[in-house]
Amino acid sequence: MRLLMLGRLSHLTIDGSTIPPSISDSAALRAHLGVEWPELNDPKVKLAVNQTLVHGTVPISQDDEIAFLPPMSGG
Amino acid sequence: MIRVLEAPFDPAEALATFIAGAGEGAVMSFVGIVRGAGGVETLTLDHYPGFTEAEITRLVDALIIRHRLSAASVIHRYGKMRPGEPIMFAATAAPHRRAAMRALDELIDRLKTEAPFWKKERRDGSDHWLEASDADQTDAKRWAASDG
Repeated sequence: MRLLMLGRLSHLTIDGSTIPPSISDSAALRAHLGVEWPELNDPKVKLAVNQTLVHGTVPISQDDEIAFLPPMSGG
Repeated sequence: MIRVLEAPFDPAEALATFIAGAGEGAVMSFVGIVRGAGGVETLTLDHYPGFTEAEITRLVDALIIRHRLSAASVIHRYGKMRPGEPIMFAATAAPHRRAAMRALDELIDRLKTEAPFWKKERRDGSDHWLEASDADQTDAKRWAASDG
């Protein structure tokens, strides 16, 4: 799994290959990472799966690109 | 044309290129320049490659239909910039001036709040991440009624 951290989260370097295969949806991923990085539990942090913004819980797989998007500043 | 780039760009050249392809009627353009107020030394924009371009394209395509534009263009920089450097170029073209002016006003308001960028200011030797300002949010809400 490829994990991307944007904006104020960009200092977090998290190796996506360490995510266990049992993590199969976005809520489980957030809960898993949130133990070590509580800022990822912030509901204002949105998720994009394979470049599409997602709402609620969606299935994810080891081949996916998951981006954590904190509130945007705009251009 | 939508371009998200790291290198500095020449707004005059961008405008000339846009006019050459804009057709008859009216062209409006806007250039945003990095502000140094409050002791800002540098402004750094993070973006999400692919996603940022796609979101701006979606926004511009909807605007072209809504205002019946003949063309629209956005050039936006990311990476590190200093006060005085151009950060954004936006332009609209339409057969009549009012459509081009109104569309440009909306385009800038939406870019200022909806474009997927994350800004970091360096002031007094330390970094500060920003969110869209209340004033920008209020400006963008003027157009909410035309969503859909």
